[in-house]
Amino acid sequence: MLSFIVRRILASILTLVVASFIMYILTAYSGDPLMDLRGSNAPNAQLLIGQRIERLNLDVPPPLRFFGWLAGAAGCLTPFTPCDLGTDLNYTAVTQLLPNAAAATVRLVSAATILAIIFGIITGIVSALRQYSAFDLGMTFVSFLLYSLPSFLAAVLLKEFVAIDFNNWISSGDSSIGFIPTLVVALIVGAIMQALVAGSARNRVIAFAISGGATFGLLYFLDAIDWFQNPGLGWGGILLLIVGIVVGVTAVLAGFGNRRALLGAGIAGVLAYAAFFALQGLFAISTIWTIGILGLATLAVCFVIGWVIGGPDRGQVIRVTMLVGFLSSLLVVADRYLQSWPAYLASPRINNRPIATVGEQTVGLSGDMWLMGLDTFTHFLLPTISLTLISFAGYTRYARAGLLEVMNQDYIRTARAKGLSERVVITRHAFRNMLIPITTIVAADIGVLLGGALITERVFAISGMGALFNISLNRVDVNPVMGYFIVIAITAILFNFLADLSYALLDPRVRVK
Amino acid sequence: MTNTAISDAEVGQSQARLIFRRFVTNKTAMVSFVLLIAIFGFSISAIGLGPIPGWWHYNFYAPMPTADEGRPTLSIIPEWLGGSGISLGDHPFGQTRIGVDYFAATMRGVQNSFVVIVLLAGVATVLGTVVGAIAGYYRGWVDAILMRITDVFIVIPTIVVGAVVGRMTGGLGVSFLAIALGLVAWMGIARLVRAEFLSLREREFVEAARVAGASDARIIFKHILPNAMGVVIVAASLIAAAAILLETALSYLGYGIHAPERSLGLLVSENQSAFSTRPWLFWYPAFFTVAPALLINFIGDGLRDAFDPRQKRFSIRRTKELPETTEQRS
Repeated sequence: MLSFIVRRILASILTLVVASFIMYILTAYSGDPLMDLRGSNAPNAQLLIGQRIERLNLDVPPPLRFFGWLAGAAGCLTPFTPCDLGTDLNYTAVTQLLPNAAAATVRLVSAATILAIIFGIITGIVSALRQYSAFDLGMTFVSFLLYSLPSFLAAVLLKEFVAIDFNNWISSGDSSIGFIPTLVVALIVGAIMQALVAGSARNRVIAFAISGGATFGLLYFLDAIDWFQNPGLGWGGILLLIVGIVVGVTAVLAGFGNRRALLGAGIAGVLAYAAFFALQGLFAISTIWTIGILGLATLAVCFVIGWVIGGPDRGQVIRVTMLVGFLSSLLVVADRYLQSWPAYLASPRINNRPIATVGEQTVGLSGDMWLMGLDTFTHFLLPTISLTLISFAGYTRYARAGLLEVMNQDYIRTARAKGLSERVVITRHAFRNMLIPITTIVAADIGVLLGGALITERVFAISGMGALFNISLNRVDVNPVMGYFIVIAITAILFNFLADLSYALLDPRVRVK
Repeated sequence: MTNTAISDAEVGQSQARLIFRRFVTNKTAMVSFVLLIAIFGFSISAIGLGPIPGWWHYNFYAPMPTADEGRPTLSIIPEWLGGSGISLGDHPFGQTRIGVDYFAATMRGVQNSFVVIVLLAGVATVLGTVVGAIAGYYRGWVDAILMRITDVFIVIPTIVVGAVVGRMTGGLGVSFLAIALGLVAWMGIARLVRAEFLSLREREFVEAARVAGASDARIIFKHILPNAMGVVIVAASLIAAAAILLETALSYLGYGIHAPERSLGLLVSENQSAFSTRPWLFWYPAFFTVAPALLINFIGDGLRDAFDPRQKRFSIRRTKELPETTEQRS
């Protein structure tokens, strides 16, 4: 194992060096780095040109200049040598430019990856379990459409039809949905639910009626209390949702037959509900760190609860308890954010147009953590969605194909034959084996997502690494381009490496060599 | 053969003939294929190809006086439905802000998409197939070197190296851009073909060819490659769909095709700020970007089914030991 890791690292470094050489040469020969100065009318243009040539060694041919850059970059890999990635055309060190840019991109890409994985896998599983149903065929078409939809088109459409229309609707003051849209949404939800149930005609009609009716009632109720201007879950909403989480998580992960799991989930839910009342005062003076510590404490407490109640199937009970605790506390935090929504809307900088179409934050807006959190949310919502769409379609297809393949295996037949319920067969036997190939695909996809951020950051004017790359490439500014490249290349290599390792861990049949 | 799907009509036909039949009988794929050809045929006939003029009387670069704020004159709702009849009008897709005919501009963009698909996918497929075939057939150090080179190119995200390559070659014209992009998009096919060759080269028919004295080139191209053709064709169709997205994205970012030449991505990029006032300047190029990519994806799906029909045969219901009867019993 150790020799495998060492050999992989050496091979990766070699790959990285050759790839950066190619990238360096291509970028350096893609244009003239002195273009802006040659066209300039400044009296000291000649002087500036001379200065730039001297400071950036532009008189050295690129293949040789690369080794100078490499020597500086190599210092970044070892801890005690200075890290020097060169400077841009304005002589700002690339090592200063990168961290800020990387923060925005990492936020965007990590959120998009997590969302794409969760939604992609869930949709894929449902599609596979309901193979050739209306839902499956619909999702197949949607994923083909998303495959064929360039991300800049999706981004422009999101800006026009989500951001601007939503803002118009919210800022018109009269934010009622109206009867017809409510009915349409209810019909759509009902249609999707009956396609998911996909049993006899009677079951479908029941599912359609219940889900459609519930949606209609909910929207009508929210409309009546003017929820969209003053959102929040309140003690009633939180209670209902927590009960829903307890029931749902237990049903999927453990089944109601497992009383211990149900008890653990119930206790975690009750604790979260108590925390909702107890913590409001603390939330008012919270920072991001407080929330982080509270989150960790929640997980730890839930772990202990699960451990104590555990019984014979301790791992399962712990999983159920921790997931319930995690989701319920997310709800409590989300409710606190929603409480700041009216203040956020009313803020003069926002002026009732909350969903932003450009930038990372509202200039000049200041407030507590919750207000600023909402601000970040409204700015990153659309870019994250448009980036998620890139991977979502692929993950759905892979999850569907993976689950169908696994369901065909002999060990699934064995599991059914020994009398396990369908739920156990799917969650414990099929689901876990399905995840093995998905890990590789997700890891390999990180590079694609980072590349996709190039377009998303352009459309939404986010000054992340993609924007840095765009600006620098246009000026033939080699060093920042290389700084960008080195970060995404190392990320891609690292994730591929992790994928190989996790493959070996998840699947004992795979031997690394 | 354990494939029970072979019907009487299929007995006694060659493998290629069977695959062709399966593809032709796939409705979605065939309709997509016809529509795709229709779109490109229409764009070529409309504004001509190179020096040959088309039937449309405007070109894609000359500004003209704008009529009716450049609104599209295309009307497709017949009169008996309350519309104004089916007619093209003077500027079916409207005009840009400076009055260029948008129909001609969009059709030029579609033509350029087509050039990019053919050249990019062609170069990438040929290069990837050759690299993969050589690596998989010779194994050993040849394989090691070629696969390391593939790894080097895989590390660089296609759109990033595409941006750099596009910036270098974008001004030289569509063909140069497409070929240059093809040179950095071959890695996926190379890996697939290599894997296929690694398994095929161990088969008896290769052994037989070698014993009969066939040269390496003959074994690779006459014996193994035809058997690996399914993988190549399906991967090529995926690259073709990705090619449209890559070119439009690069043109959108400003690294691809430059004005006055037209690309659908460039049209969207130029006109997205006018979305609220002139939405048609967005919708037409958007439609003609998505439609060919979607059609090619459907064709690729049909090809995959044609080459590997077993994939589709699986039904989850069959593995559940006849659930209908067990339900009745309980």
